[in-house]
Amino acid sequence: MKTRISWTYLIFYGGWLLLFVIAPLLLLLWQSLNTGSGHLSLDNYGQFFTSGLYLTMAFNSVWYAFLITLVTLLISYPTAYFISQLKHQQFWLLLVILPTWINLLLKTYAFIGLLSHNGVVNSLLAGLGLGSHQLLFTNWSFMLVAAYIEIPFMILPIFNALTEIDPLLSRASQDLGASKWQTWRKVTLPLSMPGVKAGIQAVFIPSLSLFMVTRLIGGNRVITLGTAIEEHFLVTQNWGLGSTIGMILIFAMVIAMILTRDRRKS
Amino acid sequence: MKKILWSCLAIVLAILGLLGLKTYIDYQSGDHVSGDKVLNFYNWGDYIDPDLLTKFTKETGYQVSYKTFDSNEAMYTKIKQGGTSYDLTVPSDYTVQKMAQEGLLEPLDHKRLTGLGNYDRQFMNLSFDRGNRYSVPYFWGTLGILYNSKKYSAQDVAHWDDLWQPKFKQQLMLVDSARDVLGFTLISQGKSVNDQSDADLAAAQGKLTSLMPNVKAIVADELKMYMAQGEANVGVTYSGEAAQAMQNNPDLRYLVPSEGSNEWFDNLVIPKNAKHKDAAYAFINFMSKPENAAQNAKYIGYATPNKKAYDLLPAAIRNDQAFYPKQATLDRLQVYDSFDKTWTEKYNDAFLAFKMSRP
Repeated sequence: MKTRISWTYLIFYGGWLLLFVIAPLLLLLWQSLNTGSGHLSLDNYGQFFTSGLYLTMAFNSVWYAFLITLVTLLISYPTAYFISQLKHQQFWLLLVILPTWINLLLKTYAFIGLLSHNGVVNSLLAGLGLGSHQLLFTNWSFMLVAAYIEIPFMILPIFNALTEIDPLLSRASQDLGASKWQTWRKVTLPLSMPGVKAGIQAVFIPSLSLFMVTRLIGGNRVITLGTAIEEHFLVTQNWGLGSTIGMILIFAMVIAMILTRDRRKS
Repeated sequence: MKKILWSCLAIVLAILGLLGLKTYIDYQSGDHVSGDKVLNFYNWGDYIDPDLLTKFTKETGYQVSYKTFDSNEAMYTKIKQGGTSYDLTVPSDYTVQKMAQEGLLEPLDHKRLTGLGNYDRQFMNLSFDRGNRYSVPYFWGTLGILYNSKKYSAQDVAHWDDLWQPKFKQQLMLVDSARDVLGFTLISQGKSVNDQSDADLAAAQGKLTSLMPNVKAIVADELKMYMAQGEANVGVTYSGEAAQAMQNNPDLRYLVPSEGSNEWFDNLVIPKNAKHKDAAYAFINFMSKPENAAQNAKYIGYATPNKKAYDLLPAAIRNDQAFYPKQATLDRLQVYDSFDKTWTEKYNDAFLAFKMSRP
């Protein structure tokens, strides 16, 4: 009885993986090796790695994804820590999760309203006598909006890791003479690292291929590989090169996964 | 475990229920019309006066199933894959050329077209479709400069070269399109928008890169919203988009530089795999009637290629040189030729290099 159930699960799960994970990956790989002449070659990869343009763009993508992850982490860790100390944790957590229920594009447009020339922020600044500033189409506004979008995905895993820590451990540490700071540094932080790593994965990887935000908020002043993929699929119709960039992004993600994997289990 | 199984089942049931409901609603609202008296019309979003569709059904008895797309490339891909058959669609000039070359279009039987004589001769028999073998023009327009008249006058932006002036530092908004942006740069250098010389393209890219300090943002459809909100004072965009921005902000003005620009056409064509060709011909003839074309032009705000419809428009529209430029400017407008893959990519790479350059 028990084996039959696990077999049904296996078939269902395996079929799902095959259809929606493995098959698309193979299609992408095949497209990236296809140069239109019928036979397979590495020409697209050659074109990518010999073009200064694409290499700069790849570097930009990684750099911005790194900055976004860093900013998100700096905001999220203290937030998750404070929420884990509060009484009505579930309520505060709900407030963090709530924005993810709203469509990404709508949130981006809301930021246009906030940051634009005559927007709320500039009206406030002008009201305080600080004059109005160019806020949209700057690297800062791009980072702000990207970080805002990603924050819930960083807070949740860190929060979960923090609440899983046995509170007796930190009490024991303080009983043994450690200061609050030492307790956090030597006990809480190491024990919450799996949550931090999961958060980094959840934020860094999608940030690599952001593209709508780069145009709407960044005004195409920030160009990432996501923009290039969009262009190759929609404008130049060079699906081969588009798929190649997709494969390279997947490769970058695998590296990110390996660097942040949980070593205790392996 | 059992609980999880049950909730999975509940979710699957809910999805099936919703699917059933959707099919029912689609059926009820007649969204999926079949049968013989039907026209499957594949058009740009919000690109026809809906009253005209009702009128067409009343006059001819054909039910119209109206589906929309948002770019030539998206429409081209869908027609090429051939999954759904459409009877009529509206590609722009270079896409007409590309689709005709690939055999995706049905040659038009001119004997069945009743209103061809209504069209302005200078908008017929163009380079992308000689003799109008496959297409009848629907609307036309230009690429030009949209500016805020409270900050700048028409003299400030009379020529493409004016955009390079230092006083426009961080003021320009450009449309995110390789051919349009490189196109006006090539025109400013006295070259053709269809230039296929590596040296000319490199020169244009160099000149364009020196424009970067003036560029505030490179955006798509949002340009009209940003301009209307006063986010930027000068923008390079299409006449149709400019018209919509001007409706929302009366301070905006649009002009086409006298040294020339790109001129674009959206055209009615019948795809090769159309199932209701009679309906498609009936619709083309319906839209060629001056009163219908004029009504549509008033509703959409783009320029009509139909001479007799133009004569029916109010004088305020007819004399608006922003949308119906004077003959001297008209003579200098250029239509895009369809590029092959190599040149499409060369233009795109040059544009990408420009976008990635830092002031």
